[in-house]
Amino acid sequence: MAFLNIEHLEKFFGTNRVVKDFNLAIEQGEFVSLLGPSGCGKTTVLRMVAGFETTSSGAITIDGQDVTHLRPNQRNIGMVFQSYALFPNLTVAQNVGFGMRVAGHPKSEIKARVDEMLRLIGLPKLGNRYPFQLSGGQQQRVALARALAVQPRVLLLDEPLSALDAKIRVSLREEIREIQRELGITTIFVTHDQEEALSMSDRVVVMNGGVAEQTGAPFEIYNHPTTRFVAQFVGTLNTLSATVIDAKTGQVAVGETPIALNRPLPGAEVGGAINLALRPEVVSLGRKEGRDTILAGRLAEVHFLGSTIRMRVDVGGTLISLDTFNTPDTPPPRIGEAVELSLAERDLLVLTD
Amino acid sequence: MRVQRFWSIIALIFGFTYFALPLIGTLEFSLRARRGVYSLDAYRSVLSDPQFRETFSYSIVMAIFTIFVGALIVVPTAYWVRLKLPRLRPVVEFITLLPLVIPPIVIVFGYIRLYNTSSFLPMTGSVTGTNILLMLGYTTLSLPYMYRAVDTGLRTLDVATLTEAAQSLGAGWTTIIARLILPNVLVAVLSGAFITFAIVIGEFVLASLLNRPAFGPYMQLVGANKAYEPAALAVIAFSITWICMGLIQLVTRFSKHTKAQR
Repeated sequence: MAFLNIEHLEKFFGTNRVVKDFNLAIEQGEFVSLLGPSGCGKTTVLRMVAGFETTSSGAITIDGQDVTHLRPNQRNIGMVFQSYALFPNLTVAQNVGFGMRVAGHPKSEIKARVDEMLRLIGLPKLGNRYPFQLSGGQQQRVALARALAVQPRVLLLDEPLSALDAKIRVSLREEIREIQRELGITTIFVTHDQEEALSMSDRVVVMNGGVAEQTGAPFEIYNHPTTRFVAQFVGTLNTLSATVIDAKTGQVAVGETPIALNRPLPGAEVGGAINLALRPEVVSLGRKEGRDTILAGRLAEVHFLGSTIRMRVDVGGTLISLDTFNTPDTPPPRIGEAVELSLAERDLLVLTD
Repeated sequence: MRVQRFWSIIALIFGFTYFALPLIGTLEFSLRARRGVYSLDAYRSVLSDPQFRETFSYSIVMAIFTIFVGALIVVPTAYWVRLKLPRLRPVVEFITLLPLVIPPIVIVFGYIRLYNTSSFLPMTGSVTGTNILLMLGYTTLSLPYMYRAVDTGLRTLDVATLTEAAQSLGAGWTTIIARLILPNVLVAVLSGAFITFAIVIGEFVLASLLNRPAFGPYMQLVGANKAYEPAALAVIAFSITWICMGLIQLVTRFSKHTKAQR
């Protein structure tokens, strides 16, 4: 049995069913991200684990204990909020030691633990400051230390990086992951930022409309999305409509161009339409060895992004995005120019809805 | 621009004259107890009157109890309404505003009718009972100010998230209110407390009709029987109010964590 089990979790707000039969098993020390757009139910799931929302049905167990109906202060769960939620009337040290003080630990023990936590987050000298005297990144570190000080069974992170600027966000996410690994604490991280989810997690749960669309390792989620939503939400994706020529051998046609997928297409009918997906980074501009499928089109857009250049090519009315590295010696073609795209059949993903 | 400035100064002078002139007149009159020279005789007479000391201390004690009970009722109520019943906020605000609309004489007649010696709860039958009744009356009168002050204080906090953060750290409701909410709205509570203090010190109707030896009825008594002392009392009462206002400013300015980003 997994350390944290969520079984058949449901949540209704009035008649609105915001979480639908959600199941998830998390092993001890695992870092799992709930990824999805606003309103997909990811925060509601997290809040039900924390005990801030009641469940409409289903069960949550932690380390074999059913916590579904326990109050939040009885669950021994640490939580970090998007808005830091530091207590403004308490100093950094008092904030970090708050949970232990509530639990009635002796002062000397609290002090030792607070010092340890402040060292862990790299702010050993800021114990006497008030939250308003800290930067956003520092405040969120303190919030993390406060959540960890009580040695919770599970750490919940509710979009903790969203309120920070881009650079700090990247450095703090690395720090959080490092601390999580060091302490081996089971963690659920809620985010709508796919880069955060993919870079930090052992596993990612992609949610949509209250349902877990796909659960898997970041590599698997990105490279083998099983639904159209996951494919489109995680990373940038080109979707192509294709006509099935032979379902058994995987022969299809995109417009006039025949493509051999070389894999069976279960459930597809000859003459029927299927959706194919393609990541921008697997499409090459011009002919390349090992990329046998060639699509001809006209360059419609060029976006210079620094180290990469994103282009959009009009192929028979469908816009296909592709990324190329920026090489100063080779400027991109001009808009309106006729271009050829090459790709390998194996990179074409077949989407199910 | 210059014309606008001119009219601003005129308005300021008019406002200052309107408010300050009667006060200056009262102050000047209170100093004329001795014929021909300015003196503090009226103040001396007031301050040496044992009844002044008795009524003033009585009102101070009543004010302290009123503030304590008011805070005890208002802080958890305002907190709970913000946290759990935000839809009831307009209703609660309306209720707290009622004492501004219903005259104190109506309230006190209601009290006397409900709690007289032949009622089910004969509070007016004993001194302590009447004192409690008066204190509750004062609490009602100060409710609009106290509630508004505390509610404004709570508005600057993300009450819901702070509560959840505290709960996730194992805190129960009493700990949350006592250690987190109250200290964070303390400045607001103190603002409400000083206004309450000023109201209790000057209140006449409740104390008079409940026949308690408060400062308000004493001022009225002195005003009806003496010439210069009422003016001295008025100056003293104004000074107390102003000191209270000054204290609100001081507390606000010197509060350590009020600049917190919330």
